Amino acid sequence: MYELIVFLPLLGFLIAGVFGPWIGVRASEYATTGLLGVCFVLSWIAFVMVAGGADAHVVIGNWFTSGKVVATWALRVDTLTAVMLVVVTTVSFVVHVYSIGYMSEDPSRPRFFAYLSLFTFAMLMLVTADNLVQLFFGWEGVGLASYLLIGFWYERPTANAAAIKAFVVNRVGDFGFSLGIFLTFYLTGSIAFDQVFAAAPGLVGKTVHFIGFNWDALTLTCLLLFMGAMGKSAQFLLHTWLPDAMEGPTPVSALIHAATMVTAGVFMVARLSPLFELSPAALTVVTVVGGTTAFFAATVGLVQNDIKKVIAYSTCSQLGYMFVGLGVGGYSLGIFHLFTHAFFKALLFLGAGSVITAMHHEQDMRAMGGLRREIPFTFWMMMIGTLSLTGVGIPLTSLGFAGFVSKDAIIEAAFASHRYGAFYGFLCTDIAAALTAFYSWRLMFMTFFGQRGDWAASLQRSGHEQDGHAHNEPDPSGPGGHSHTHTPEAHAHAGHPAKESPPVMLVPLAVLALGATFAGTAFRYLFIGGGFGSFWRQSLFLGTGNHILEEMEHVSGFVSLSPSLFMLGGLLVACYMYLVDRTAPQRLAAEFPALYRFLLNKWYFDELYDFLFVRPAFAIGRLFWKGGDGAVIDGFGPDGVSARVLDVARGAVKLQTGYVYHYAFAMLLGAAALTTWYLFGGVTR
Amino acid sequence: MQANALFFWIFAPILVASAFAVIFARNPVHSVLFLILSFVCAAGLFLLMGAEFLAMILIIVYVGAVAVLFLFIVMLLDVDFARLRQGFVQYLPQGLLIALVVAIELIYVASGLGPSPRAAPPATPVTAISNTAALGEVLYTRYFYFFQTAGMILLTAMIGAIVLTLHHKPGVKRQDVGAQVARNPETAVEVRKVASRAGI
Amino acid sequence: MGVDLTHYLTLAAIVFTIGVAGIILNHKNIIIILMSVELILLSVNINLVAFSTFSGDLTGQAFALFILTVAAAESAIGLAILVAYYRNRGSIAVEDINSLKG
Repeated sequence: MYELIVFLPLLGFLIAGVFGPWIGVRASEYATTGLLGVCFVLSWIAFVMVAGGADAHVVIGNWFTSGKVVATWALRVDTLTAVMLVVVTTVSFVVHVYSIGYMSEDPSRPRFFAYLSLFTFAMLMLVTADNLVQLFFGWEGVGLASYLLIGFWYERPTANAAAIKAFVVNRVGDFGFSLGIFLTFYLTGSIAFDQVFAAAPGLVGKTVHFIGFNWDALTLTCLLLFMGAMGKSAQFLLHTWLPDAMEGPTPVSALIHAATMVTAGVFMVARLSPLFELSPAALTVVTVVGGTTAFFAATVGLVQNDIKKVIAYSTCSQLGYMFVGLGVGGYSLGIFHLFTHAFFKALLFLGAGSVITAMHHEQDMRAMGGLRREIPFTFWMMMIGTLSLTGVGIPLTSLGFAGFVSKDAIIEAAFASHRYGAFYGFLCTDIAAALTAFYSWRLMFMTFFGQRGDWAASLQRSGHEQDGHAHNEPDPSGPGGHSHTHTPEAHAHAGHPAKESPPVMLVPLAVLALGATFAGTAFRYLFIGGGFGSFWRQSLFLGTGNHILEEMEHVSGFVSLSPSLFMLGGLLVACYMYLVDRTAPQRLAAEFPALYRFLLNKWYFDELYDFLFVRPAFAIGRLFWKGGDGAVIDGFGPDGVSARVLDVARGAVKLQTGYVYHYAFAMLLGAAALTTWYLFGGVTR
Repeated sequence: MQANALFFWIFAPILVASAFAVIFARNPVHSVLFLILSFVCAAGLFLLMGAEFLAMILIIVYVGAVAVLFLFIVMLLDVDFARLRQGFVQYLPQGLLIALVVAIELIYVASGLGPSPRAAPPATPVTAISNTAALGEVLYTRYFYFFQTAGMILLTAMIGAIVLTLHHKPGVKRQDVGAQVARNPETAVEVRKVASRAGI
Repeated sequence: MGVDLTHYLTLAAIVFTIGVAGIILNHKNIIIILMSVELILLSVNINLVAFSTFSGDLTGQAFALFILTVAAAESAIGLAILVAYYRNRGSIAVEDINSLKG
C-alpha cells in the first residue's frame, strides 16, 4: 500500500507529462487528479493504521553501494511519516481539483498537472525516506518541481528569474545540507536513519576539527543540516526566494509554498530529532532563527500590496513559528502547527486565487474592495482561514480554530522552556501574533469590505520607487509594474462586478475550511496532549530532560492569554485603519517614510544580497570569461597561435619580393655565410 | 724568371683595371669592350702559365663569340641606360661589404695554402708534346663523358636559344617544302573550258 | 721575385670579388650582370689553370675547358631570354618583374 501511495503520483506525472499531447487535456487532468485521489484515501487509511500502532518498513531495492556507503530505496513509515503523508496527499489532491478550475484557460494544462504530480511524488519520497540520501533525493526533487512550477509561465522573464532565484537560494541551503550528510557519514559510518540514530548517543561530546576550530560534532552536524532547512523553509537570511515564488500560478503557491515543500525543512528537523535533541546549541540556533523569521516576515507583510505576497510573508512567518516549536524541544508542536497550517494556509491561498480569478487576474489589493457582496462564498472561506491564522479561540481552553490551538501551544512552550534563546523566541512569536492579526485583517478589510476603488487613489500615486520591487535584475515588465500581473485591462475591469468561482474551485475551499476549523481541536490530544506518547512512539525522540509538553501546560494564565490579547490588539488597529478611518494608512506612511520604505522593500535584503553576492559573482564570472577564457586561453591557444602564425608569415612574406635580383642576392649572402662558417667554424677542422 | 714576372705584372693589373671598368663604365658598349680586354689579358696569363690551347680558345670562343654576342645585344636593344644607372648606389654599402668579406676570405685561403714557394713555374716537360696534344690525349679518354655532356649542353643551348628567339613574322614569304610535296591535283589545278580566242 | 701560385690565386680572388660587386651594384642593368657573371667564371678559370700548372695535373685545364663551354652556353641562353623579354615588354627594365611577390 505504501508503495502505491508513493508511486501513483509518479505514474500520474508520466501519463500527463509524456502522453499529455495524445490523450488530451481532460484526460491528463482526470488521470492525475484521480490517481491522487486514490493516494489521498490510502493515506488516511494509513494514518489510522499507524496511529493504531502499525509502523512499517518497506524495502524497494538497492540504489548504490560504494565502499562503505550503502544506499537503498526503502520506505520508512512511522507516525511522523503518516502525518506528513496525510498533509501532502490531502493538500495535493485538493489543489489538483482546484486547478482544474483555476487553470481552465491555460493552454499548457497537461504540463501543469504533470509537474504537480511530479512534485507530489518527490515530496512523498522525501517524507518516506529511510536514509539521508533518499531524503536528499526527494529534497532536490521538490526543488526541481518548484523551479518548474514557479517558471511555469516561462514566457515571462520575471517568472524565469524568480524560478532561478528560488533554485539558487535553495542551493545555498543544500550546500550546507550536503556537508551535514557527509559529516554524518563520517561520524557514524552510515547514512541510514536506523544506524545513525543508534550511533547518535555515542557521539555526544565528540569533537571535530574543522577550519582550525574544535567543534562539537553533533552541533556542527545539526547546524549544517539546519542550513538546508533554512534554505528550503525560507528562514531568515535564506528567505529571499519565497515572495518571488509568487510568480507561479496560485495553486502552486498553495501546494508548494504554503503546505508542503517549505515544510520539508520542519519535517527534516523533526525526523532528525535524535540528532538535534543531543545538541542543545543547535536547538538554540533553531529557536533564534525561527523567532527572528517569525517577527521579520510579519513586519514585511504589514505593508505589502499584492494579495499573494501578504500570504507569502505570512507563510514565512508561520514557518518561523514551527521552528520555534521545534527548537524548544517540542518537535510535535512544530509538526502540529505544520499540520494545521497546511489547512488554513492552503485555504487562504486558494481563496486568494478565487479572488484573483473574480478580479480578472488583478492581484493588487488596492484595486479591490467590497468583494464580500459579490463573491460571498469565497469571502466566508477566507474569513475562516483568517480566523484560523490569527488564532481565534477561547483562551485557556483548547477550543478554537486550528491555528489558535497550535500557535498558542508554541507560544506557551517557548515561554516555558528554559533553553537559551527560548525567551527570545517567545517574545518574537508573541509580538508576531499581533502583527499577524494586523496584516491578515488588513487583507480582509481591503479586499472584501468597503467599496471598490477605496484604495485606488494610492494605486495611481504609488510610484516606482515606493513599490517593493527589488529584483536582482531590472524588471522589464511593461507599465511600471505595481504588481506583477497588473495589466491595463484590470483597471478597466475595476468597475465590473466580480463573479463567484465555479464549484470545482469552491469545493476544495470548503474541504480545507473544515480542516482549518476543526483540525486543531480534533487532533490536539494525539499530537501534543496526553496521547502524545502512544501516538508518536519512536518517531520523535525526546531527551531525558525534555518535558516541554507538560511544562507548557503549567504556564501562567497571563502568558496563555497574551497571544489572544495581542491578536485582539492587531484586529482593532486594523479595524481602525482600514474600516473606520481610511486615510490613516497613508498618513502613517507619510509620517514615517523611511520605515515604510524599509518594510516595503523587505528590509532591503534583496539589494544587500545583490551587492554582496550577485554582483561579485557576475564580476568573477565576467573576469573568467573575458579575462581567463577569452584573453588567456583563447589568446594563447587558438587565437594566439593563429595570430602568431599570421605575424610570422607576414614577416616571412617580406622576403618574397618577386625580384629575381633579391633572390640572387640572397643566394650570394648564403654562399658567403656558408663559406665563412666553414672557414672559421667548420664541420671538421 | 724575370720575363715571367714582368709579363705577369703587366697583365694582372690591366686585368683588374679593366674588370673594374666593366662595372663602372657608363656606356655599355665600353663595358663590353673592357670585358674583351679582360679576356685578352687572361689569355695572356694563360699563355704565361703554359696553357696555350686554353688561351687561344679563350680568344676564339669567349672574345670572338660570347663577347661579340654581348655587343650585338647591346646594340640591338633600345636601353635607357641613364635610368638603369639609378639603382647603382642603392645597395652600395651592402655590396661592398659582401665583396670585401668574400675577398678577404679568398685571399686568406689563398695565402694559407700557398705551397712551398717555387721560384718559377715548372719547366716545359721533357717530352716536347704541345699543350694542345696533351689536352687532347686526356680529353678523349679520361674525360670522355664530360666531353660528351659538354656537347649535349651546347646542343641544348642552341636549341633553347632558337626556341626563345625565333618567331615567324607574318607576311614573310618562304618555302614550305612539306606543303609543296603534299600538294595534289584536285586542289592545285582547276580545269576550265575556254572558248577559242576568248581568254579567261 | 718569383710569381707563384699565391699571386695567381690572389688575382683570381680579386677578379671574383669585382664580379660579385658588379652583380650587387648593377642590379638594375641586366647586361652588366651577365658580364659580371662572365668575370666570375673567368676568375674561376684562372684559378683552375693556375692549380693545374703548379701541380702538373692537366685535370684543371680540362675542367677549365668545360667551364668555358658551359659559360658560353649560359650566355647564349641568357641573352636569348633577354631578347624575348625585350620583345614582350619593349624595354629591359627588369626591376618591374615582381609577379612572384608573395
